[in-house]
Amino acid sequence: MLPHDPLSRVLYIDLTKKSFKVKDRSDLFEKYIGGAGVGIQLLKEECPKGIDPYDPSNPIVFAVGPLTSLFPLASKTVAMFKSPHTGYLGESHAGGRSAVAIRMAGYGALVIKGSSSRPVYLAIHEDSINFRDASALWGMESNFTVGRIIRENEPAAGMRTIMRIGKAGEKLVSYACVTTESYRHFGRLGLGAVFGSKKLKAVLVSGKRTIPTANKSEYRKLYDELYHTAVESPLMKKYHDLGTAENIEPLNMLGGMPTRNLLTAKFESAKEISGDSIAENYLGRRLACSHCPVGCIHIAALRIPYEDETYFYKTSMISYDYEPIYALGTMLGVSDPKGLLKLMDHVESWALDAMTTGVVLAWATEAFEKGLVSEKDTMGLKLAWGDYNTYIKAAHNIMDQPNDFYAALARGVEHASSIYGGSDFALSFGKNEMAGYHTGPGTHVGHLIGARHSHLDNAGYSVDQKILAKKQLSPEELADALMEEEKWRQILSSLTICFFARGIYTPEVTLRALKLTGFELAKEDLDRIGDEILREKNRFKVREGFSLDNVRIPKRIFETPTPLGQLDEAFIRKAVEHFKKKMLEEVAPEKGGAEKAEA
Amino acid sequence: MTEQKEEKKRTKNVRLRIVDIDRCVGCQNCMFACSRRTGNAGLEKSCIGVRSVGGMERGFVVVVCRACEDPPCAKVCPVDAITVREEGGVRIDLNKCIGCKNCQDACPLGAIFWDKESNKPLVCVYCGYCAQYCPHNVLALEKTEVSTGSTKEASKEEEKEEEKEAAKGVTA
Ligand code: SF4
Ligand code: SF4
Ligand code: SF4
Repeated sequence: MLPHDPLSRVLYIDLTKKSFKVKDRSDLFEKYIGGAGVGIQLLKEECPKGIDPYDPSNPIVFAVGPLTSLFPLASKTVAMFKSPHTGYLGESHAGGRSAVAIRMAGYGALVIKGSSSRPVYLAIHEDSINFRDASALWGMESNFTVGRIIRENEPAAGMRTIMRIGKAGEKLVSYACVTTESYRHFGRLGLGAVFGSKKLKAVLVSGKRTIPTANKSEYRKLYDELYHTAVESPLMKKYHDLGTAENIEPLNMLGGMPTRNLLTAKFESAKEISGDSIAENYLGRRLACSHCPVGCIHIAALRIPYEDETYFYKTSMISYDYEPIYALGTMLGVSDPKGLLKLMDHVESWALDAMTTGVVLAWATEAFEKGLVSEKDTMGLKLAWGDYNTYIKAAHNIMDQPNDFYAALARGVEHASSIYGGSDFALSFGKNEMAGYHTGPGTHVGHLIGARHSHLDNAGYSVDQKILAKKQLSPEELADALMEEEKWRQILSSLTICFFARGIYTPEVTLRALKLTGFELAKEDLDRIGDEILREKNRFKVREGFSLDNVRIPKRIFETPTPLGQLDEAFIRKAVEHFKKKMLEEVAPEKGGAEKAEA
Repeated sequence: MTEQKEEKKRTKNVRLRIVDIDRCVGCQNCMFACSRRTGNAGLEKSCIGVRSVGGMERGFVVVVCRACEDPPCAKVCPVDAITVREEGGVRIDLNKCIGCKNCQDACPLGAIFWDKESNKPLVCVYCGYCAQYCPHNVLALEKTEVSTGSTKEASKEEEKEEEKEAAKGVTA
């Protein structure tokens, strides 16, 4: 790290005492680079063992990396916390303006602890830290409105991020997300609920400054290389053109598109809700995260007429991506793109995680069909595939939790099925709901062994399509391939590079970029650090009671064939077993050894 | 004779033009480019600013100096640090500048940025570097013929039109 780089400054905030301090943590950044690597260390330090995720001492860590604000696409912020959804590692990445704003405010990481007695939002304008009353924002129906009000209240337009929760976070839905810049999310593992438990409505961060580099002309040279690869390379074209939604049709054609709670892996109406079709009929605006020349964010403009007055319309701007189309579309059998966009819009406004909400509603629909839950449970809602109006009401109930059934749904399918039955078709892995891929064993093994049980941990779906489609791998080889990918992703996410840019940031380029920020490292160092970070995450999980012994694998994935054929349970278990030996058992002796950062 | 006279009074105005603000995705690559022009990483040295109109769903505003022919910012400098370029726009002599911020207040577009690291103003130098890094062709360096002398009256209408156009991009 370079001497005057503010990266090593960590801002610690105490919401209980409404106090803060800044500490220099070069020790952590020098060793673990930034982002995920530093994040997991701060989490280990700050999170007492075995706490309830809603305990005030559960820390919220946000970390960025050395390349943020220097190079394009180093545009993500990594959040770390103890997850209320799984009870283990909560890690979530988002872009928007968050990463650049934190770096420009002069910090490498923020650690937010404690709990406020009344709703509060934080306004961090560089060194000015303000605790602002958020009572008037609490309980507001739409998270878009919350964003607008804070925007108007605070200075530094264009130089700030506004990370906020919706009603789902206030009401502790265990998969509530934190939305930033209206359209990007810290999703999946319930960061929104942790915010809610602290009565923290939003965190605004702003700033601007110069970041030192080791050599100005080299810096500009490498920048140009990276920039031109990013804008010219076919590697980024798909994200640029149709965005991630481009994958809907090809994946459906292959027969890997989870549909109606994975009763099948092909959706007959995929064409109507494909990236092509939505772009053609609804695409209204394109957006990008700060410092991203690709711009994958696609916003649909949906015009809805008012029923009570003619020639009055409301136009909603709704961000769509592959995963929400999967979860709220194919998974629920919704084929009407308008209905799908409406459902997405509601889910967004309460800031529920779209993926989990879709999988939860899919499970509920099947449980309802099978008679495991009654109309009394659903409060009169007749859940049925494709009926988006009913799904909007059900999603509202998940947020609001008016009875036991919806309160159970608000904690995910693992929990709901433990009460109502139907765990064979409760599609979660390590308590996290599945992503939109039924491509082969890789995707599911990936979910089981990934540190966050997210498809982005190791991209198992990609191993299915790129490797397993061509040659056989033994269960051990598969697990190894996934672990290798996940180790490299620890480096990317410590630099907080968007995973879509992984093709651009090769190890060689990464090392050159790091050198310009004062990190003299070699390829072996990156391998070692990546391995270590992944182990640290698993150590944290094991410390919090995670185990893969007798792990639950939903039967449904074995019933519905994948493009690579019917899945074999023994194969998957062997792969998991191999991972356990290589990763968990090795770390098991260190159980409770949270202080062993040196390991 | 009159023709020749008019010829003399016309000169090139080089400035950054916002070609089509509706294509802006808010990536801020232009801002990073402007800082990097002098080899600096980060955003402190940027002379161009991008922010949303009021929520990203409604699009963006790009704020940058439009190289006025008769710049209000220059008129308020108490130490004459700002000179008006013959071709429009201004140049700031930072050695003379006392950091009073009068120019910043005088620019109706908000196009004078502040470098708090040196406590000096920052204004576009009309180099076009940022435009090379706008992935969506929102920006372009533009050279237009403008009048500077007494023939001003004749082109007032034209100018107004142009101003309207630019304003759309600059502050709309
Ligand atoms: S800074 Fe503002 S007032 Fe001065 S020349 Fe530029 S646009 Fe005109
Ligand atoms: S034209 Fe040059 S000085 Fe002006 S904003 Fe662009 S890069 Fe900066
Ligand atoms: S680089 Fe272009 S698209 Fe990006 S913010 Fe600047 S003007 Fe807008």
